[in-house]
Amino acid sequence: MTAQRVALALIGALLVLFLALPIVSLFASASATDVASGLRHPLVWPALRLSLTTTLITLAIVVTLGTPLSWTLSRRQGRFWQALESAIQLPVVIPPAVAGVALLLAFGRRGLFGAVLGGAGWSVTFTTTAVVMAEVFVSAPFFVQAATSAFRRIDPQLVLVSRTFGASPLRVFFRVAVPLAAPGLGAAAAMAWARALGEFGATLMFAGNLPGTTQTLPLAIYTALEADLRAAQAISMALVVVAFSLLWFVRVTLKSSLEVS
Amino acid sequence: MSACCRLWALVALLIAVGCSRDKADGRLVIFAASSLREAFTALGTDFERTHPGVRLVFNFAGTGELHTQLTHGATADVFASADQRHMDELVRAGRVGEPVVFARNEPVLVVSQDAAGTIRGLTDLPRASRIVVGAPEVPIGRYTLQILDRAASHHGGDFRARVEAKIVSRELNVRQVLTKVRLGEAQAGVVYRSDTLGASDLRVLEIPAAINVVAEYPLATVTGTPHPGLAHDWTLLVLSEAGQRGLARAGFSAVQR
Amino acid sequence: MSLVARLGARVGELTIDVDLNTAGGTLVLVGPNGAGKTSLLSLLLGALPAERGRLSIGDTLLFDSEQGVDLPVERRRIGYVPQDHALFPQLTVRDNLAFAVQSASAPMHRVDGALRDFGLEALAHRRPRSLSGGEKQRVALARALSVDPRALLLDEPLAALDVPARAEVRAFLAQTLRDRGLPSIVVTHDPTDALALGQRVAVLEAGRVSQQGIWDELAAAPATRFVEQFVAAASGRV
Repeated sequence: MTAQRVALALIGALLVLFLALPIVSLFASASATDVASGLRHPLVWPALRLSLTTTLITLAIVVTLGTPLSWTLSRRQGRFWQALESAIQLPVVIPPAVAGVALLLAFGRRGLFGAVLGGAGWSVTFTTTAVVMAEVFVSAPFFVQAATSAFRRIDPQLVLVSRTFGASPLRVFFRVAVPLAAPGLGAAAAMAWARALGEFGATLMFAGNLPGTTQTLPLAIYTALEADLRAAQAISMALVVVAFSLLWFVRVTLKSSLEVS
Repeated sequence: MSACCRLWALVALLIAVGCSRDKADGRLVIFAASSLREAFTALGTDFERTHPGVRLVFNFAGTGELHTQLTHGATADVFASADQRHMDELVRAGRVGEPVVFARNEPVLVVSQDAAGTIRGLTDLPRASRIVVGAPEVPIGRYTLQILDRAASHHGGDFRARVEAKIVSRELNVRQVLTKVRLGEAQAGVVYRSDTLGASDLRVLEIPAAINVVAEYPLATVTGTPHPGLAHDWTLLVLSEAGQRGLARAGFSAVQR
Repeated sequence: MSLVARLGARVGELTIDVDLNTAGGTLVLVGPNGAGKTSLLSLLLGALPAERGRLSIGDTLLFDSEQGVDLPVERRRIGYVPQDHALFPQLTVRDNLAFAVQSASAPMHRVDGALRDFGLEALAHRRPRSLSGGEKQRVALARALSVDPRALLLDEPLAALDVPARAEVRAFLAQTLRDRGLPSIVVTHDPTDALALGQRVAVLEAGRVSQQGIWDELAAAPATRFVEQFVAAASGRV
C-alpha cells in the first residue's frame, strides 16, 4: 500500500516539478544587480500601473456582467442555453492573436461596429479602452464558466424554499445565490484576473503597444525581450510576483469567508 | 497491452522519432528575418533543385527572436539578419562565423488611402493624426528614429518631436506596422520597401536618400554546423546574380560586389 | 379551506395524473419509491411546470391550464419543508426566520412570534450545523409557517430522525398541524407516521392515485395490494 502511495505522489511530483522549474529558473538565474537594474528599466512602472488599472476595471466589468449571466445559465436547460454556454467559451479556444484580429474587424475603424462608432467620433484602437476590451474578451469566458459551475453546486432546495417564502428573483439572486456561491465566485474572479493580467496577443493586435497608454506588463516584457533578455527577465519576475500576490490574496480571503460559513 | 500501456508506447515512439530527426542528414536549417520570407522561399526551391537529397528548413521570425534562440543554443546552419547589431553580438559570442552583407532594404513611408491627400512626403508626416512605427527595440524602429533625427537638418529641429506626438503604437514586428496602416487604423507608418510589394491599397512614398538609413542584411554560417559545405553553397546562391535578382524582385536592393 | 389539485404532467419517465383534495385537513401522501411523490410536491409548488389541470386553495386560483393561469412559485405562498430542511447554513436560527419574514414582506415581530411558538428562543443564535435533527425540523417548520402560508407541504419530515426523536417530533408535528388548520400534504413512507399525522390518505402509485380517502375507507376496501399492505402495517397488523 505504501508503495502505491509513493508511486501516486511521484507521478504528481513530476508535473509539479515541470511547472515549477521554469518559474524557479526565472528567478534563480538572475543576480541581484540584474534585477535592480531591470526594475529601473523605464518600461516597468508605467506598464505595472497600466496592468493593475486595466485588469481591475476588466475584473469589475466581468464580475458585474458575468455573475447574473452565470446565474441564468445555471438555472436554464434546453438546447438554446447549452449552445449559448458553448458559444461563450469560444474566446478560450481562439488564439489570442486571432481574437485581436476579430476585435479589429468588429471595432476597428473599418470594422462592423467601428464604422458606426467612428461616425460619432469615437475610435477605440490604440486607447486604454481597447486594452480593457481585449482583456474582457479573453477573461470573461473563464469567469462565466467557473461561476456557472459554482452556481450549479448550490443546493436547489435552498433556492426553492426561498421562493416559497415569496422572495423575488432579484432577492434570490443577491441574498441566496451569490452568498452561497461566494467561494466559487471568488475563485472564478481570481482566474479571470490572472488571465487578464497575462493577456498579450489580442492586446498587441487591437490596442497597440505604446508605453503608458497600451503597453501592459506582458507587452513590456516582450518589447524588452527584443533588446535585452535581462530586462525582460526582471520585468517577468515583477509580473510573477504581482500575479502570485494577487492569487495568494484571493485564496486567503476565500479561506476566511469559507470559515465564516 | 492495456490502453494505458499503448498510449505510453505511442508517446515514446513519437519522442524517439522527434529526437532522431535532429540527426537527419541532408537538412539545412536557415534562420532568417521575416522580411526575407518570400525571397528566400523562392531561392530555396532553386537550391533544392540543384542539390537533390537536401531539404531546406526555414525559421522566419523577428531578428531579435532569432538572436535569442541562437544565443540559447538553437540548432541552425545559417543565420540571415535584418541588421548588423544582432549579427555583431553573435560574432562576438562566437556563435557565428564571418558575416557578409547580401542585401539592402530601404525604409519607405506608407500612407493609407484616405490620408493620401494630406501626406505627400516626409515633410507632411506630422500632419497625420495617427502614426505607427516599429518599437525602438526592433531594427525598423531603430532605423525610423535615426531617420527622424536626420530629418531635423531638412525639416526643423523639432521634427522628431512633432512626429512622435502623433505616434499611437510602437509595434514589435514590421508586418504589424504595415497591417495597421492597411486596415486604416493608422494613417502612416515606416516599413521596409520589401514589405510594400503587392500592397496596392497603400500609397508608398520615398524617403529622401540624404535622410534615409538603409538596412544592411548580413548572412553568416553558424559555428559547429554539420553542413559547412551546404551553408557555403547557400551563401553563394544568395550572392549570385540569380540570388540578387530574386531579392530585387522581393523589393531589396542589390549589394555592390 | 382545502387544497384541490387536479394536475397532469410528464416528469422524466413518469406521467403524473392526479386528483387530490385535502378536504379541510391534512392529507398524507404515501406510495412506493419512484411513485412520484416528491415530483408531485414540485408540481404543486410550481417548481416544475404542470401541463394540464387546475390548482386552487380555498377561493384562490393558483393554476388553471384552460384559463392560462400559472402563478410563479413566489406568488403561490405554499409553505414547503423539504426532506433535508434546507436551512441556510451560514445564518443563525433567528436569521433563517428573519430571511423568510423579510422575503414575504411581513412585519419583523413574526420572527419573535415564531421563536416563541416553537420554543426556539434558546436556540435563536445557534447555527444549523450545531442543532439536532429534531431541532432542525422544528426550525424549518417554524420558518415555513412564519410567513403565514396558504398551505403546507412536508416531504418525509421524520425520515432523518433517530427513533427516540421520532416519537417526540411526530407528536409535536401532529399537534401543530391540528392547531394551525392549514390545508396540508405530508409525504411519508412510514405507516405509523402516516396514521399519526393525517386523517386522510392518498396513495400514489406510478404517478396515479390508486385510492384516496379516510383510513377506514381504505382499510375496508383497499384498491390495490400496496394499499392493503400499507393500511395493515399502519394498524400494526402486519
